[in-house]
Order: sequence, then C-alpha cells, then structure tokens
Amino acid sequence: MVLSILVSGIGDMMADTTLTPGTRRAQLAEFWFYFSENRGAVIALVVFSLVLLAAIAAPMLAAHGPDVQFRDALLAKPMTDTAHGHFWLGTDAVGRDILSRLLFGARYSLFVGFFVVVLALSVGVILGLLAGWFGGWVDTVIMRVMDVILAFPSLLLALVFVAILGPGLINAMIAIAVVYQPHFARLTRAAVLGEKNKDYVMAAQVAGAGNMRLMFRTVLPNCLAPLIVQGTMSFSNAILDVAALGFLGMGAQPPTPEWGTMLSEAREFILRAWWVVTFPGLAILITVLAINLMGDGLRDALDPKLKRS
Amino acid sequence: MIKFILGKILWLIPTLIGITIVAFGFVRVLPGDPVLLMAGERGLSPERYAELTHQLGFDRPIWVQYGEFVWRVLHGDLGDSLVTHRPVLHEFLTLFPATLELGFCAMFIAIVIGVPVGVIAAIKRGSWFDQVSMTTALVGYSMPIFWWGLLLIILFSGVLHWTPVSGRISLMYYFPNGTNFMIWDAIASGQKGALASALSHLVLPAIVLATIPLAVIARQTRSAMLEVLGEDYVRTARAKGMPPRRVIGIHALRNAMIPVITTIGLQVGMLMAGAILTETIFSWPGIGKWMVDSISRRDYPSVQGGLLMIAVIVMVVNLIVDLLYGLINPRIRHR
Repeated sequence: MVLSILVSGIGDMMADTTLTPGTRRAQLAEFWFYFSENRGAVIALVVFSLVLLAAIAAPMLAAHGPDVQFRDALLAKPMTDTAHGHFWLGTDAVGRDILSRLLFGARYSLFVGFFVVVLALSVGVILGLLAGWFGGWVDTVIMRVMDVILAFPSLLLALVFVAILGPGLINAMIAIAVVYQPHFARLTRAAVLGEKNKDYVMAAQVAGAGNMRLMFRTVLPNCLAPLIVQGTMSFSNAILDVAALGFLGMGAQPPTPEWGTMLSEAREFILRAWWVVTFPGLAILITVLAINLMGDGLRDALDPKLKRS
Repeated sequence: MIKFILGKILWLIPTLIGITIVAFGFVRVLPGDPVLLMAGERGLSPERYAELTHQLGFDRPIWVQYGEFVWRVLHGDLGDSLVTHRPVLHEFLTLFPATLELGFCAMFIAIVIGVPVGVIAAIKRGSWFDQVSMTTALVGYSMPIFWWGLLLIILFSGVLHWTPVSGRISLMYYFPNGTNFMIWDAIASGQKGALASALSHLVLPAIVLATIPLAVIARQTRSAMLEVLGEDYVRTARAKGMPPRRVIGIHALRNAMIPVITTIGLQVGMLMAGAILTETIFSWPGIGKWMVDSISRRDYPSVQGGLLMIAVIVMVVNLIVDLLYGLINPRIRHR
C-alpha cells in the first residue's frame, strides 16, 4: 500500500511545485523537464536501463550458463577464443565465463536493491508515521529504538544479524533492510511533524477523517520528496552493502553469480589474473554510480529547495 | 553551557541501555544452545553441562542475567574469548590502536583534501575544476571499497612493487614494549627504516578507508560553501570592497565549516564500517578484522564485547561532535 501511495504521490507532489495543477501527463512532463536538465542523470538513466535490460534478458544475452565450467579454459584472458567460443571478459578459476556470470549477477544486485528499499521503506514509513502522528510515548519508544539501531555501524550490525540468521542472500537482505529503516522512520517523522498542524490536515480532521486516512492519505503524500531521495540512496547503498557481505562470505554463497561473492572467490588470484577481480567490481561501481546520479536528478526535480545546490 | 552538556549526556542513557540490551540479547537469539555457544566446549557430560549452565548464569531469570551482564560490563569484564581464552576487553584494547591509527590517517587524508577541493569547487562553480572534482567525488562515493582496495593492491603491490600487500610493518622490526601505534613505535625505536616500513604499509589502507569520507566531505563542503556565499552578509562584505580572499576566508569559510564538522563527525560510524572491509583486505590487525574473524570463528563473547565497545565509542564520538557543534554555533546551545 505504501508503495502505491508513493508512486501516485510523485505526480501529486509535482502539483505542489507548479502553479497550474494540470493532468498527470502534464505533471510527468514537468518532472521530466527538471530531470532532463541534469545531463548526468539522463545518461545514468540510460545506463541503468541497460543494466535492467541485462538482468531481464540475461538467459538470452549470456553466451554460456553462469555455472558452466570449461575445465580446459581456466583463467582464460579476456577476448580469448577457445573451442567453446569467445570469452569477452575471460574465465574465472574454474573456467566459468565471467561475462555470463556478470549478466546473471545483475539480477541479484537489482533485486537486492529493490527488496531492501521496499522493506526498509514500508516498515520505516509506518513507524515514522506512527511516531510523528501520535507523539507521546509511542514517539519516544519508536525513536529510542531507532537511535539504538543507528548507534551501531550499519555493516557491523548487518554482519551480526547474518551471524544470527545464518549466511545467505535473503538473510543478508533482511539484515540490511533492518539497518536502513531507521533513516526512513526519522525522515517520515520529521516530515509528519512539519505537516500535521497545517490547515489542510485540520480540515480533513474536522471533516471526520479517521487516523488511518489522515496518516496515509492526507499527510503521507506530502512527505514524499525526502523519502524518494533517501530511497534512491538506499537502493545504491544496499547493492554496495550486500556485495560487501558477499565479499566477506556472509552474503550470497558460491556458486551464486552475485557480484560481491564473485569478488570474494577471485581474491586469491588478484596478482595472477586481474580480470577476475576487475570486472565484477566495475559492474558494481557502474550500477551504483548510475543510481546515485539518477538520485541527484530526482532530487533536483522533486525538491525545489535543494535544487542546484 | 553545563546544562546543555548534561542534557546531551542524559539523553544518551536510553540509547546506552538499548545498546547493552542488543549486545546481551544477541547471544540469546542465536540459533543453538547458548550454553554450548558461550562455553565453546564439545562433548559435554550432563554434569559439566549443568555446571556450565550455573557458572554462566543461564539457570537464573533473564532479567537477573541482564543485570549481572550490565554489572560485569560496568566493572570492565566483557568475558573471555573462546579462541584465545584471554579477556575480551584486553584483546580489544590490544587491537584498537591499529584501527585508531588507520582511522586517523584516513580522516586526515579525507579532510586535508576534501575541504579545500569543496571550497575551490564552490568558488569556481561551473568551472572544469568543479565538474571534474564533483564527478570524481560521486565516483568515490559510489565505490565498492573492497574492490578499490584490491585494484590498488594489483597496481601498487603487484605491478609496481611499491608497497607491501598486507600487515602493518616489515617482520624485520619488532617492538616488544610498543604502544601498538606503529608509526609512534617506529619513531620511538630509532631503528633505521622502521618508519618508512610502517608508512609504506599504512598508505594503501588509509587511502582506501579515506575514499568515501573524502567524497562526502568534498560534496558537503561545496554545498555548505555555496549556501554561505549566497548570504546577505557575504554580499555586504563584498560590496564594502573587502578583498575576495578575506571574504572567503573570514566570512564564508567559518560559517560553512559548521555543517562540515557535523559531516566529519558522522563519518566516524561510517569509518568503522569501512574499517571492517579495509582491514580484511589488507590483513590489518585491527578491530574490524577481529570482528569479522570472531563472527566466522563463532567466538561469541568476542562479538558481544566488540559490538558493545564499538557502539559506545561511536556514541561518545557523536556526543563530542554534538558538543563541539554547540561550542561553535551558540544558536544551537540556546534552543
């Protein structure tokens, strides 16, 4: 539910920044106008779309299966031709095609980012709404718990959660989401506190709207700008952190072609085969950079106060 | 001022209690029997099991156990490591200087480069310097540092042979009564080449750990500076005919530094997370690597103690930053 409100809210929010409300199409055009002013963001959008496409079409694009081992082509250099075909980015220590593994790996990274943001955002927004709307002891209890979570370095806490839940991709994602949600809770609470005494909320209250309706339909759509920006930041950070957990052996387990796990497996070959290490990391960097650039563009387009600073 | 400080400290008490609950609860929610996990022994006889249960206090009510845990922690007893059988606090304090040294050097690099870059980028807004430095900063911010570290090892250790791959100092040097701050020990020992060896081991990990804070500080300095440069008092100073150098140095920079200092303070927690990865890549014998090793060795008393200590340290640093903030910016103090 939170997500659907978020999506419809992007349009509503644009109405706030323009004088003529217009139709949804006009709002989108307006949004695109500001977004496309940022050239980096547009390039990033193209790059991100390509990564997304690679993830969706991985089985069609990849020349080999991600787990197929070519025992006579171990650690083959990039651009090598063998009896099994052309290895654009070389093969790893057990003879798997790195490009194919990267293409399949895009699925994991994007899924991870999406899942973590949806989970952290849903929980964080609900907690932040409750804390901001009801105040008093509800606020105190929720925000003190958030403070405790924020007191631990995020990666350390995620590591400990994974130690409790056991290593694995799903557990790593849950751990990261738990660690991220206080940021959403804090932002939502702050935005709710700013909105809840305004006239339109009062009007809705007088008109007889219940707490649920006031929180989710009246107040929440007006608190979205910072949440969307935080959402993009969390999306890229989640990809980084889950890759880091994979790298430490606490995330996705081999032979999953997750980028961080691939790096972890490649570590012992760094001085012998640079390509085994270079390409998975480059894939992470490009994806994360694209998302961060898009985040900058989104911020410019959604939040006039932060515009062009 | 004293009221402000006391208020800040009182505010921390609930968080502190929460941190102890997390550290205490951690061992109890682990899958498996906590007695076996905390004792770290195998093939226990029922008698030995009962003895251990009593010794570790698992036969008492949970709130009594928690009370005893807090009592022990307040007396500096964090239990013994299952692997080395030495007190966890002792282990922590032995390894902490290594992390502190690395963290300080990283922060030094980040501030010394990040602040000037941010200031120049703001003054020359829109120039090629601004564009190149801010693009680089965004790349740095997006960097998977564990990969960045490996790349630097390939280049500087593998190809150029400039720096060693891991460790803190060459095995030729040994300081039995050292402080474990390697640079200080190397200087104090007076041995020829010791300092150079320590520095060559330190430089790559410090650069890797500095990467993200550097990017964040540069971006934050730039936007803080831009905001201040648009303020009325800066325009007034300029209109009075004050030389640009003085306007920027005296009026703008000092005010722009307030949010930058907060950012620097917030990076300390990030630095701890970064230390976990950096220390693992470079086999740097500090707290980060110790925590990762303790988790994979299932040395739960060490994980518990480390978790507690790190959270308290991060909290204290944030408190200091908060107080400093109040000191620089009187408006905060009186709110």
